[in-house]
Amino acid sequence: MTLLHLENVAAHYDQFQALRDISLSVAAGETLAVVGSNGAGKSTLMKVICGALPASAGRVRLNGQDIAGQPAHRLTAQGIAMVPEGRRLFRSLTVEDNLRIGAYAGRKGPWTLERIYQLFPELVKRRDNRGLDLSGGEQQMVAIGRALMSNPQMLLMDEISLGLAPIVVNQIYRALPDIAAEGMGLLIVEQDINRSLSVAARFCCLMEGRVNLTGPCADTDRKALMDAYFGVSA
Amino acid sequence: MIVLSTLVSGVLLGGFYALLGLGLSLTFGIMRTVNLAHGDLVVLASFLALAVTQMLGLSPLVSLIVLVPVMFGLGYALQGLVLNRVLKDGMMPAVIITFGLAFVIQNGLLMGFSADRMVLRQGTLETAGVTLLPGLTVGVLPLITLGAVLALMAGLQLLFRYTLIGRAFRATSDDPQIAALMGIDPKHVYALAMGLACAIIAVTGVLMGMRSNFSAFDGPIRLIFAFEVIIIGGMGSLNGVLVGGMILGLSQVIGGALNPSWFQLTGHLATLAVLIVRPSGLFPETIDRS
Repeated sequence: MTLLHLENVAAHYDQFQALRDISLSVAAGETLAVVGSNGAGKSTLMKVICGALPASAGRVRLNGQDIAGQPAHRLTAQGIAMVPEGRRLFRSLTVEDNLRIGAYAGRKGPWTLERIYQLFPELVKRRDNRGLDLSGGEQQMVAIGRALMSNPQMLLMDEISLGLAPIVVNQIYRALPDIAAEGMGLLIVEQDINRSLSVAARFCCLMEGRVNLTGPCADTDRKALMDAYFGVSA
Repeated sequence: MIVLSTLVSGVLLGGFYALLGLGLSLTFGIMRTVNLAHGDLVVLASFLALAVTQMLGLSPLVSLIVLVPVMFGLGYALQGLVLNRVLKDGMMPAVIITFGLAFVIQNGLLMGFSADRMVLRQGTLETAGVTLLPGLTVGVLPLITLGAVLALMAGLQLLFRYTLIGRAFRATSDDPQIAALMGIDPKHVYALAMGLACAIIAVTGVLMGMRSNFSAFDGPIRLIFAFEVIIIGGMGSLNGVLVGGMILGLSQVIGGALNPSWFQLTGHLATLAVLIVRPSGLFPETIDRS
C-alpha cells in the first residue's frame, strides 16, 4: 500500500526553483534511498515532505490525503517525522527530555522511551546529560530516537552518517531494519550511495532538482547510477 | 545596625526589581526578542488594577484575580495577532512594534486616566512593618513582593523542568524549526510565553503600584530598571533575575546611604561594571543559536 506519494512536486526558494516535477512513492515498510550530488535537491525534498517548505506545485499525499501546504507541526501529528541533517538536538534539554519532546504530538504506537533505550543501549547512561555533551554518534542516536518517539508512519533521515566514524555509522545502520520492521516507511538521504543502497529496497536519484533515475537497489546498474548521479547523459 | 538595615532594605528593593525583570527575561529567553513596551505594560497593569479596584470595589491584591487572566489574554493576543506576523523577518520588526506599542500605551493611558499620579491603596498594608530586631523594621509590602518573586521563579522552574509544555518552551527557544518537527507550534508557544509574561506583569504592576505612585509616562524608567536587572543577571536567565535585582537594589541603597543623590547613579554604575567585566551577565543562560 502506498504510504507517501508525491506527484509532480515543485519547490522554490524565492525565484530559484529547487525541485521540478518530482514524482515518487514509498510504501509502508519500504525503504527508499534518495541519492544525488550536492545541490541536487535532496534536502529540499525532505523539507517539502515534512512541511518546512511549502511545495509550489504538485501534490503530496499521505495515505491518499493531500498534505501539501500544511505546516510541519501538523504533519508530525499525522505521522511524518524527520531526523534533520546535523542532528540538531535541543541544547538546553537532557537526552531523556530530548526524547520525551519527540512524543509531544501524542501519537500512540510501539515506540516508547524503553524501546528507544533497547534500540540504543548506550543512551541509558547518558540520559541525564545535555545533548551537546555527547559524541556525534550518540547525538545521532538521540536524534533518531527523538523522531521515533512521535511514532511516525513515515520517517525521513537526512544525512545520518555525516561526520560520524564508520564504526558508529555501521552501528546506526544496523538499527534501521529493526525500525523498518514496525511497518514504517523510510526515506533515507545520503551522500554515501553504498550505505543507503545497502538498506533500501529502491532508490531515486536526483539531479538539479529532477528525478533522473529510479530503480530497485538489488540489481542496480552501477554504471547507469553513476552517470545519473554525476549527470553524464547517456 | 545602620549597615544591616541598609543591606536588608537593599535586598527588599531588589525583590521589586527582580519582579520587574522577570517578565522581560521570560520573553527574551523564549522569543529572543526584546519587548520595549515591558515597562509600559507594567504601568498599564497598575492603571487597570486602579480601574478594577474602583469599579468592583476590590482591594488591589484581590483585583489580581481579574487582572492576571486579563493580562494573560492581552499578552497572548499581542503575540498571536501582531508579533507572530513578523517572526520570519528577524528580530528587528518585533522590537520596533513594541517600541510603537509603548507610545500607544502611554498616550492611551494619558487619555483614559489623565496625567495625574495615581497610587493603589490596600488599607494600611503599604505602610505596615514588622520589627525583626530592635531597630530593624521591614515593610510588609516588600516582604510580600520578595515572596511573590520567589514563588513565581519556583513556579517557572517547575514548569520548565517537569511539564511537557515547559519542555516545549525550552525546545522552541533552542530551535523553533526543529521544535515544529516535534509537533510543537512555535507561534502558539510564543503566544503562551507572552501571555505568561503579561500575567507576571500584572503582579508586578499591582505590587509596584502599591509601593509608589505612578503616571502614564513611567514605563520607560521601569523598562530601564528591568533591563539593568537582566543585563546584570544574564539575558534570559531566570535565576539571574533574582541576583540581578538584588545587585541593583543593593547598589542603589548603598549609594543612597553614602549620599542621597547617588541612589540611581550607583545602580547604573553597577550595571556598567557588570557589562564591562562580564558582558553576557553573571548567569548567561541563553545559548546562541547557530
